[in-house]
Amino acid sequence: MRHLLSTKDMSRDDAITLLDIAEDMADVADREVKKLPTLRGKTVVNLFFEDSTRTRISFEAAAKRLSADVINFSAKGSSVSKGESLKDTAQTLAAMGADAVVIRHPASGAPHVLAESGWIDAGIINAGDGMHEHPTQALLDAFTIRRRLHQGGARGKGLDGVTVTIVGDILHSRVARSNVWLLTTLGAHVTFVAPPTLLPMDLTGWPAEVGFDLDAAIDSGPDVVMMLRIQLERMNAAFFPNSREYSRRWGLDDERFARLAPTSIVMHPGPMNRGLEISSAAADSAGSTVREQVANGVSVRMAALYLLLSGDREDS
Amino acid sequence: MSSERAASTRYLIRGATLPDGTGTDLVLADGRITELGSGLSSAGASVIDAAGLIALPGLVDLHTHLREPGFEQSETILTGSRAAAIGGFTSVFAMANTSPVQDTAGVVEQVLALGERAGYVTVQPIGAVTVGLAGERLAELGAMAASRARVRVFSDDGFCVSDPLLMRRALEYVKAFDGVVAQHAQEPRLTEKAQMNEGALSGELGLTGWPAVAEESIIARDVLLAEHVGSRLHVCHVSTAGSVDVIRWAKARGINVTAEATPHHLLLTEDLVVGYDARFKVNPPLRRREDVEALRAGLADGTIDIVATDHAPHPVESKDCEWDAAANGMVGLESALSVVHAAVVAGGQLDWSDIARVLSATPARIGRVNGQGQGLVVGAPAELTLYDPSASRVFDREDLAGKGVNSPYLTMTLPGRVHATFHRGYATVLDGMLRPIAEIAAHGENDRG
Repeated sequence: MRHLLSTKDMSRDDAITLLDIAEDMADVADREVKKLPTLRGKTVVNLFFEDSTRTRISFEAAAKRLSADVINFSAKGSSVSKGESLKDTAQTLAAMGADAVVIRHPASGAPHVLAESGWIDAGIINAGDGMHEHPTQALLDAFTIRRRLHQGGARGKGLDGVTVTIVGDILHSRVARSNVWLLTTLGAHVTFVAPPTLLPMDLTGWPAEVGFDLDAAIDSGPDVVMMLRIQLERMNAAFFPNSREYSRRWGLDDERFARLAPTSIVMHPGPMNRGLEISSAAADSAGSTVREQVANGVSVRMAALYLLLSGDREDS
Repeated sequence: MSSERAASTRYLIRGATLPDGTGTDLVLADGRITELGSGLSSAGASVIDAAGLIALPGLVDLHTHLREPGFEQSETILTGSRAAAIGGFTSVFAMANTSPVQDTAGVVEQVLALGERAGYVTVQPIGAVTVGLAGERLAELGAMAASRARVRVFSDDGFCVSDPLLMRRALEYVKAFDGVVAQHAQEPRLTEKAQMNEGALSGELGLTGWPAVAEESIIARDVLLAEHVGSRLHVCHVSTAGSVDVIRWAKARGINVTAEATPHHLLLTEDLVVGYDARFKVNPPLRRREDVEALRAGLADGTIDIVATDHAPHPVESKDCEWDAAANGMVGLESALSVVHAAVVAGGQLDWSDIARVLSATPARIGRVNGQGQGLVVGAPAELTLYDPSASRVFDREDLAGKGVNSPYLTMTLPGRVHATFHRGYATVLDGMLRPIAEIAAHGENDRG
């Protein structure tokens, strides 16, 4: 794997291979010494143009468990905040000998530009670009669902026939985008539920059902309900009237949670707004995978770094 | 000495094909077309073999960004004039978004003078509608109209005159001197942070959408305002099928509106945004295939009156970055004729007479510029271009003559090539090559006496 930029162009075989490697990586986390020598001598740069402590430390933990050297480059307090361009930053990292760059950027497509510009030869992992994609989040979500459904027998399997309902701000969500492509590639059926204002105006070509009614979606008995974080500043831009109305219509509250089947999986990419898009009872329930998602994130990111940095590169 | 030779240069263009398909020789002398017909005498003339070449009246671009004064790192009036000449243009209208803005008589006269000094084309300044393009109060439209620059086209292009009352007043006011307001139709609230055409693709790419309705609603409002006050309105860079419908309706109703489409909106579609190459970032954005087809049909049936380039040079660093941070705009003068050829002539929707109309006669008339757009007739100013329609080339940086290299056509194969351009009777391009700066400046100086 040369880069990991999106899930849209990822094949089913490649996705399952990555998830299977992540299973191996997860086994490492259960050992007393949680470290492999695989990427010794490799340098991974976490290049974060947006604050995201969770994603950054997840990648940092993943790289360190593979014995890579990790450099954290945050836009705040660096030359980037003084107006240095993406190009100059990339060339600086190239000059320092970065082998992989994990980039989080507010502009959709910035990882693509970095990968195709020729500014830097390193492998690029997209750790979230604008409203576009967040492929490792989708991979960890798929990994989490697969483990829940198949436990120890997950290896080699897809998500065929699994129904997943994604609820919330689809319009601005890179998590929703990466998930709809990956989960569908793995055989799942995805439904979006959102206020009409928080859906892209044209969903032609998206492999997802769309609805506005969370109660109807709950009553259809989905295997997985994935709640997205709602940003309160959206109500100032007229996407919805206020947090109470949002919560009443599109929140996974106690009453809706109680109507879900006991086997249903409740997911959230974090950080959660408890009491807004998800109730504490739902978030802390046995069906909730919120903490597993965090743990699995490290395993999936180890697998991604491993595929990027070990073995032959496709272009060599 | 060079200026003396310049004044006396007489050209015999032998065996050219006129836009209507007939063959002819042309003689250019003393800045005019002096003879048309076959077997004309070559006595004392430089002879140009035009077999296989189409003679078109000198092209007129109603929408060019020359960037000077203020943004000389992007383009100067000289470099932009050279880009125009190599593209077959003999006149360009220079948009007002310079620094300082072209909102006073002094600035427009300076632009005019710099154009005259360069000498490659007639540079006709456009005046800003509002002071500093700020959309708050009218600029001194009358002073610009009465200046030596004789401004007749007023535009805040880059920004929409979105305030309906200000737009009404501007439309009314310019009637005093036969002016026209050229509107950049973009509802600002509907396009906050907009990055590309709004549709299925913008949703997938995660780029904030620029909805067609933001253009169409302003055009609808403006044609109704123009009807109400009896004024002349011009719509810049129409980009959507819905806009074509609104303008078609307005014209059927008798409203005095004209409209332009750019070469890029006639050829390219939003699919090019996949990959986030900022060369394809432009405002208004590239649209869907259906929009391209509607613009072509509108140009063919006269709903769209003209083609104008919206030539928008930028320095490399403004495009060599992530999509959101990149500047809007494409260079277009050098490629315009070839792109229009590919978009609407190759498929038979327009013929070369139509091209003479939409790229010369009508833009000159809308802009009320002297000495341009009068066609290839005896006595008309010697403004013409010789175009080789059978040529084909992979468009590359060598084909760009201005400072900007932000062309969306690089590596694309385009038909045709400008063989020669004549402005005021002297050649600005010969054998597909620009004539030297000093030679052209001497011609211009000689003309002004």
